[in-house]
Amino acid sequence: MEAQSTYNYKVVRQFAIMTVVWGIVGMLVGVVIAAQLIWPNLNFEPWLTYGRLRPLHTNAVIFAFGGSALFASAYYIVQRTCHARLFSDKLAAFTFWGWQLVILAAAITLPLGITTGKEYAELEWPIDILITLVWVAYAVVFFGTILKRKTPHIYVANWFFGAFILAIALLHIVNSAELPVSLWKSYSAYAGVQDAMVEWWYGHNAVGFFLTAGFLGMMYYFVPKQAGRPVYSYRLSVVHFWALIFTYMWAGPHHLEYTALPDWAQSLGMVFSLILLAPSWGGMINGIMTLSGAWGKLRTDPILKFLVTSLSFYGMSTFEGPMMSIKTVNALSHYTEWVIGHVHSGALGWVAMITIGSMYYLIPRLFGRESMYSVKLITVHFWVATIGVVLYIVALWIAGVAEGLMWRASNPDGTLVYSFAEVVKAMYPFYTIRLVGGLMFFGGMLIMAYNTWKTVAGQKPVEALIPAAVHA
Amino acid sequence: MSDFVSSFWSGYVAVITLVGIIGVALFVWIVTAGQAARKGKADVTGHVWDEDLVELNNPLPDWWRWMFYISVAFALGYLVLYPGLGSFKGVLGWTSHKEYREEVAEAKKQYEPLFDKYLKQDIKAVAADPEARQIGQHLFLTYCSQCHGSDAGGATGFPNLRDNDWLYGGEPENIQTTIMNGRNGMMPPFGPALGQDGVKAVANYVLSLSGARHDAALALKGKAIFATNCAACHGPTGTGNQFIGAPNLTDKIWLYGGSEKAVVETITKGRSGAMPAQKDNLGEAKVHLLAAYVYSLSH
Repeated sequence: MEAQSTYNYKVVRQFAIMTVVWGIVGMLVGVVIAAQLIWPNLNFEPWLTYGRLRPLHTNAVIFAFGGSALFASAYYIVQRTCHARLFSDKLAAFTFWGWQLVILAAAITLPLGITTGKEYAELEWPIDILITLVWVAYAVVFFGTILKRKTPHIYVANWFFGAFILAIALLHIVNSAELPVSLWKSYSAYAGVQDAMVEWWYGHNAVGFFLTAGFLGMMYYFVPKQAGRPVYSYRLSVVHFWALIFTYMWAGPHHLEYTALPDWAQSLGMVFSLILLAPSWGGMINGIMTLSGAWGKLRTDPILKFLVTSLSFYGMSTFEGPMMSIKTVNALSHYTEWVIGHVHSGALGWVAMITIGSMYYLIPRLFGRESMYSVKLITVHFWVATIGVVLYIVALWIAGVAEGLMWRASNPDGTLVYSFAEVVKAMYPFYTIRLVGGLMFFGGMLIMAYNTWKTVAGQKPVEALIPAAVHA
Repeated sequence: MSDFVSSFWSGYVAVITLVGIIGVALFVWIVTAGQAARKGKADVTGHVWDEDLVELNNPLPDWWRWMFYISVAFALGYLVLYPGLGSFKGVLGWTSHKEYREEVAEAKKQYEPLFDKYLKQDIKAVAADPEARQIGQHLFLTYCSQCHGSDAGGATGFPNLRDNDWLYGGEPENIQTTIMNGRNGMMPPFGPALGQDGVKAVANYVLSLSGARHDAALALKGKAIFATNCAACHGPTGTGNQFIGAPNLTDKIWLYGGSEKAVVETITKGRSGAMPAQKDNLGEAKVHLLAAYVYSLSH
């Protein structure tokens, strides 16, 4: 069987290249809306206003950039750790073109104002159906490959990809239950606070399974590979995997503290968010400790720098998250810029940086090269991106805490010290620093695009052979 | 009132919560039990993937395990004290509604005497008191500045409160009534009745009333139209009527703009302005202070 003797690298290549492309697009939109906050005149009605571009930004970075990275790495890793070609090349190709169509549909409908109004699930019902079809195909390809594996055990990265694929299917179908009234308009199947609870059960688990579990799968392959060291602890991976996927499912209500959500549900959201701290850190420990004995490589290897820094940001934001879920803290932090800062320490610091590191490992191997065109440019990218993230989140920490304190500051007569507009005015310096940070991160992606172009241009795509015998 | 449609769901929530929390703690305990014996020895599991991927089996750090157990203990303690396990109210009897009511009661106790002190005084006297004006300004910035501006200078459609020009009267009592009960200003559209030319003519007449630039011929034509269509509310000389909030057209103050274009638009489409009633929202004492503050801006 000739076709079975190689891995399917084609679909991995396609998704890997699109990861870089969508990263640039998504982050560019992010830079634009950050600029709109400083210069409201940059809102061009009606298509390019903040309200329409913001969901375009979130969808583009999470589902287009992050999604492409997850497809690429899951397909690569599941083949290489199962010693088996993908279950179906045709279905895999369908997931690629189907997912690109979803992204294209999002990029058209969101600026047109076609939206369900549910955060991170804005796409209307026809696109929801397409997502479902692509996702089912993804699951068939992934689990089919697991089933035909030639290795006796399932590698830990695949546990995380498997949990991510199953959970996202469940979340997407339940949260997107809606009643269409026309081709581009539907209403949620849920009403009132139940709708809010379903939405944030979905929203938080999109963070937990899409942006955490999936990327932990990436981490469990590329960190030991790049470091050339064994995974630190199999037992820890078992413990934190099950504890993480169990606990995440409960944490959604912390998005709805001090709202109409019943007190009991708010309490559960808070306590499970606190329990989530240790399982989250389990992944960080396992990743960082995998470097024991190879710390020296951090000095010279910029890919490892990306991977380890991403784990540090992961640890920081998974500490920050449980703290922000404590009601007393939430009373100050909720609705402020702090939340946006927190999200970006996860999204830029963790998700984007682990992706960038992984792609720098992956891309040359898919095109038959030893390494990227320029290792020096990876180092430059690393420092530009890191300084960018730090500027971004520090600015929004200060902005968020200041905003929270200004909102609640009161005069001796019980009235508010600051009007809303005064608080907005106080945000400008921080918005500016945030824009600078975002521009730096975006600039890093342009460096990556150049480096990628120089790496792949003129290269013949390679097909790697599947090892004939397995020693396990 | 229970959040649950039946006691089954309350029990369901309580049971899966407790089983979940205790179960995950037991799981960690069982998987890590006995690891102490192997401490210091990082054996490899023996599995190999993709040429060189292998796993050590290091014990979990103790600080990690304790961090986990402490968070579980905190969760269980919290759920004993606070509502969380279905309809079990928690030992402290805390509810968010109760906390809100207590905070409001506390604030009332603290601030009401402060406001009530001025309620006994005449608005003009309150307006003369710098301390009261300060409180009034705080209230204004909180509740009024969104429309009238933080300097009370107004905006298109929202009256300037500093110019001593009043739609409904500028006496303290008028201002108080305006804030307490709100106002609904309504200018009906005359576009259909007068036609484009009629509107343009009457607009030029209106402009002439305040000595603004206008077309004298058109104004002359508009005078007759004004007399039959507009004088009922704005008065035969255009000085307005404060009983119904009809603006004085002979001054240079314009709520919706004083260009010919703006006046034509006002006459063609009409205008409606709403000042929301604050009686139930703020109460008499705060409105008293606000009325005094607004009065002080032009006196």
